[in-house]
Amino acid sequence: MSETGTTLDDYTDRYAQRMIGMTASEIRALFAVANRPEVVSLAGGMPYIAALPLDAVGEVIGDLVAKQGTSALQYGLGQGMPELREQICAMMADVGIDASVGASPDDVVVTIGGQQALDLIARLFLDPGDVVLAEGPTYVGALGVFQAAQAQVVHVPMDHDGLIPAALEAAIEEQRRLGRRVKFLYTIPTYQNPAGVTLSEERREQVLDICERAGLLVIEDDPYGRLGFEGEAPRPLRARRRDGVFYLSTFSKTFAPGLRVGWILAPHAVRDKLVIATEANILCPSNFAQSVVSTYLSTMPWRQQLKTYQQIYAERRDTLLTALSDLMPEGTTWTRPAGGLFVWATLPAGLNSKAMVPRAIAARVAYVPGTGFYADGTGQQHLRLNFSFPPPERIREGVRRLAGVVEQELATRAVFGDTGPLDAVTDLPRPGAHAPGPDLA
Amino acid sequence: MLAGGLSYERDVSLRSGRRVLDALRAVGVEAEMLDADVALLPALKSDPPDAVFIALHGSTGEDGSLRGVLDLCGVPYVGPDARSARLAWDKPSAKAVLVECGIPTPEWVALPHDRFSELGAVAVLERIVDRLGLPLMVKPAQGGSGLGAAVVRDASALPAAMVGCFAYDQTALVERYVEGVDVAVSVLDLGEGPFTLPPVEIVPSNGVYDYAARYTAGLTTWHTPARLSAETSAEVVKTALAAHQALGLRDMSRVDLIVAPSGECTVLEVNVSPGMTETSLLPMAVQAGGLDLGDVIARLVMQAAERG
Repeated sequence: MSETGTTLDDYTDRYAQRMIGMTASEIRALFAVANRPEVVSLAGGMPYIAALPLDAVGEVIGDLVAKQGTSALQYGLGQGMPELREQICAMMADVGIDASVGASPDDVVVTIGGQQALDLIARLFLDPGDVVLAEGPTYVGALGVFQAAQAQVVHVPMDHDGLIPAALEAAIEEQRRLGRRVKFLYTIPTYQNPAGVTLSEERREQVLDICERAGLLVIEDDPYGRLGFEGEAPRPLRARRRDGVFYLSTFSKTFAPGLRVGWILAPHAVRDKLVIATEANILCPSNFAQSVVSTYLSTMPWRQQLKTYQQIYAERRDTLLTALSDLMPEGTTWTRPAGGLFVWATLPAGLNSKAMVPRAIAARVAYVPGTGFYADGTGQQHLRLNFSFPPPERIREGVRRLAGVVEQELATRAVFGDTGPLDAVTDLPRPGAHAPGPDLA
Repeated sequence: MLAGGLSYERDVSLRSGRRVLDALRAVGVEAEMLDADVALLPALKSDPPDAVFIALHGSTGEDGSLRGVLDLCGVPYVGPDARSARLAWDKPSAKAVLVECGIPTPEWVALPHDRFSELGAVAVLERIVDRLGLPLMVKPAQGGSGLGAAVVRDASALPAAMVGCFAYDQTALVERYVEGVDVAVSVLDLGEGPFTLPPVEIVPSNGVYDYAARYTAGLTTWHTPARLSAETSAEVVKTALAAHQALGLRDMSRVDLIVAPSGECTVLEVNVSPGMTETSLLPMAVQAGGLDLGDVIARLVMQAAERG
């Protein structure tokens, strides 16, 4: 650099290796308008918090500070509040994760949302170069954590019954052949983000058996399991195995994400290490947020609230599916989730959902391009649509706009023919450049 | 201070806006940041400002339409009037004016999507490559921040670049790509006629000044003043000033040029609402010129207020 030159960042030479590639992203910039009221956002991953009895929750919080403020506003235990851990265990028992499979409040570690749970798992288990197997597509926030740990994510394909066991076996075999060390399978088996599919009952056992045989840990992420609207979901993987499965969940979707309270249920030996890691990381999760959740669970009709969420989301999912079927151009397909927050759509052949974003923003509709959910930048033909947050009439309007965008894009592609991969021209490979911000995760 | 808007450059605009707001407040100007939404006109009516600084990028801030609305409201603003802004914003129109005034700009063709569908894309693209040669620069006829732009070095990549461009705009500008040094010259007029600030030379680390290179500190090296010979530097500022005047701009603009190894300089585009972010070129040039950003913006705002 000459004397006159500046990069406006004097620390360029000092960043850690893992920071390389963390740059300003066009996609993030384009999403700056997604939260404006003029735009119908089918992009977010937000629960419909307006459905909470906010006045009553407010009273509970006020009371909490007035009566238990000296403890709720104090530091707490690294592992989390004992009372809340009891309550978490009682909740997990509802879905079969109980004492019979070794679930105990002692083995629960409360985290700052599911995201910190993932971060702790990565800290404990991942060395640079390790391989993580994950569904393709998978949760964008998990990809961020694994990439920060310098691990390599290898995707295993899904179909309408979730992860394909034969593909999982093949992926394990392939990694072995390449001499790579696979540390665990990361899976969201129930109402998957972003695909909206659920691992079938039959496949749950198969996947567990395959991982057991291969000596692979299973990280089961279950934020949406209680948000089913077509009967009960198959029991979680952790309810079927005492060992080898780490269970992660959160109150972000069942209560409120603003509180950032999640948890890990870990094998006893690992629990201690998790606590040490979390103490080194954050000292302790927020005592206040935990107290709010604990009080909410003990004094308010939270099961009823879950039913409310389920009813609202069921109606919105139906609206989205009907609108897609009424309005989208031929050649577009989508999943039909039985719960959760998302539909995964596939565009007609040759279209690229990421390249289409500017057109969508101009049409005042937002979605998350499929590339955000793959570690390798594939997924161009797909997009994720959220139905939990926008009201039904906005969902239909959003799909109407989206259909127009797809039609325009089809017209352009018809004029220019098969252009090959667009990203090779418009983009340089930058990890993380496709990922949306936290409000969209 | 207007920032935000619904264009592709909302994020950049908000960053520009916060920077301008801080700079104005630092020199004691009472300033408030508003978005260009339904609350704007009622706010301008109930509490009319002395003048407006437009830090909106993209169509709302630069195509002249918002300036037209401010004219209707009788609210003075910094920068060119609606007509000149519109002229500069539409790259093919601006290039035509530059050519008429004898200011060099790369040879180009501007084509809406419909011409390709009517005449057949393959045949039109072939003509373009035959006439303009390779490499080519493809960019939206209107827009900034490098969004939708691509350098095409191989004819087979041209269709993909066109598709990428048409996602941003209905009309694409295809121009001969000029190899050389990227230089930006900021032009200011603080009441005594337009003058130029020291040229800024842009050296992106990966060779392409794309969105990431523009807005990630550390990815681009900026040299201020540009490492040019005295003679070339004089030619660059003369050309930039001529472009500013040819388009009838006022108060401030940023002229982007390429300086070929021969020293010949060519105007790529002229911005009427230049970026004001931490990594933007005009603030860098202001500092290099020994001026204070807050003072400069305050002067421009006062000028606009006096203009009425």
